[in-house]
Amino acid sequence: MKLSKILKNGFLIVVACLALSACATSKKTTGQMQGDVYTGTDTVEYLASGVPDRVFFATNESVLTTASRETLRKQAAWLRKNSKITIVLEGHADERGTREYNLALGERRANAAKDYLMTYGISSDRISVLSYGKERPVDSGSNPLAWSKNRRSVTVKAN
Amino acid sequence: MKKFLITLIIILIPVKSFSLIEVDITRGNLNPLPIAVSPLSIDEESRKNFENILKKKNIGSEISSIVENNLKVSGLFNPLNKDAFLQEPDIANLKPRFEDWNLIKAQALITGKVSYVEEKLRVEFRLWDVLAGKEMMALAFTTVPNNWRRVGHIITDKVYERLTGEKGYFDTRIIYVAEEGPKTQRVKKLAIMDQDGANNKFLTLGNELVLTPRFNPTSQLVTYLSYFRNLPRVYLLDIETGTQEVVGDFPGMTFAPRFSPDGKKIIMSFAKDGNSEIYTMDLENRIVEKITNHPSIDTSPSYSPDGKFISFNSDRSGYQQIYVMKSDGSNVKRISFGKGIYGTPVWSPRGDLIAFTKLHKGKFYIGVMRTDGSGERLLTENFYQEAPSWSPNGRVLIFYRETKTDSKGKGFSAKLWSIDLTGYNERQVPTPTDGSDPSWSSLLSN
Repeated sequence: MKLSKILKNGFLIVVACLALSACATSKKTTGQMQGDVYTGTDTVEYLASGVPDRVFFATNESVLTTASRETLRKQAAWLRKNSKITIVLEGHADERGTREYNLALGERRANAAKDYLMTYGISSDRISVLSYGKERPVDSGSNPLAWSKNRRSVTVKAN
Repeated sequence: MKKFLITLIIILIPVKSFSLIEVDITRGNLNPLPIAVSPLSIDEESRKNFENILKKKNIGSEISSIVENNLKVSGLFNPLNKDAFLQEPDIANLKPRFEDWNLIKAQALITGKVSYVEEKLRVEFRLWDVLAGKEMMALAFTTVPNNWRRVGHIITDKVYERLTGEKGYFDTRIIYVAEEGPKTQRVKKLAIMDQDGANNKFLTLGNELVLTPRFNPTSQLVTYLSYFRNLPRVYLLDIETGTQEVVGDFPGMTFAPRFSPDGKKIIMSFAKDGNSEIYTMDLENRIVEKITNHPSIDTSPSYSPDGKFISFNSDRSGYQQIYVMKSDGSNVKRISFGKGIYGTPVWSPRGDLIAFTKLHKGKFYIGVMRTDGSGERLLTENFYQEAPSWSPNGRVLIFYRETKTDSKGKGFSAKLWSIDLTGYNERQVPTPTDGSDPSWSSLLSN
């Protein structure tokens, strides 16, 4: 059905895992988080040069941080330049919550990103939202840093 | 559910006056009742017939083993070692020599007989009170030979009911999500099995993510969440025919489905624009009703067994807590006030308790509270566990537990576990693969 997408996601994750194992020994946990929001770049992909694909959230929160808003403004600028591109915002939660609540939380996070993109002129027609809850972590670790990477909304090209 | 129905012919009326044996199920398994399960006797001709049909050398012993295992796993009984039995099964079934059974400290004894009658499996069994020297119950069933495992479960249910005074939960099935693969790309399939882990069958192929299957209390329908075509929606599945359909026509994600106690409605959440609300859909007339109306996450709804109330969790207070409302959405009351975050409320089939998941100081608990929130009791603590589902008699909870991975992110597993309402008898429920999101069926017979 959406094999290409699945393959692509799989590929992204492989890349993410490689990146992780490469830096796992060199970086300290605290250096990559502000509060409990992830500020590192290990898992981040780029939609275009200088346009990161994801934003991160605090535990149980869907509020966009200053850094997240900056990322989303870059995404909005890129989307305005490439007006035929449509996107899916994939909302995710960490594993420290019940499955059903996390589905709702992922949806809320992706919508926070969607709302912000819309205030920068991106039409809602070009944006769909998909929550994965805690079903698709990028980091399989059971520690605060891994969880911070997993609390995210990822902007994925849909066409 | 024709395929699963069993012809139940009760030919012997139980003779019960009074009995000395009684199993108290309210206190836990500190003193499981010593019980002797004598292998069901079988004549040679019947034995050969069943060996041909079922490829089991001695179907009488096989059925007894099922009964024995069920009784043991319940935690309330201690089935005694067969090596110590002095009386032959066929003679014991006619009239036990109670002194012999007393000698090995059996307080109760199960005997029985299997025969091949007109291509059917006929089983009779008796339950004896060893100390009083009395027959407590005698029943017989006739069914198709393939139902032999179910006969073992039904015998256990009858014995459990006679000795505890409450319905059993052995002739039941579990639907759950079978999981495989790395944590970052889990492949998930719907699977169904007997309560004891036998007859495991996968119902989906794993092409799309599936979550949270739940049984209809009155039929063979199951409701669950599927990511078919990357559109997370609540589906209905007929486990007998394999027919599937989307529930309702919602412009967004529907999730957290459950049936109403009469099986006629589905209650679920619908997420739109960052807000999840609870809806119901009537399966007959397809009428959709919005039940909650609040700009917070409202999810994990579960009806009370009389259908008059709904429990759910909401983060309207800032964090996830458990609420109860009338089934029309009025009279919303928060009931969880302990320290921590509360989710997945599930109303007991007995109506008096709500089981839940709680997260407090980095630990997950399965617990129960009364329906007004009082009397909170935590049954088990772990790194991660959630989603309790009640046995149909409201005495056992099944849930799933995930392990903490090591520093390299390895060592992840998800398993099904059960625990008695007493907080005792915690056990892993065997599954061929990893498993999560279990849902317990109603009793298949009676």
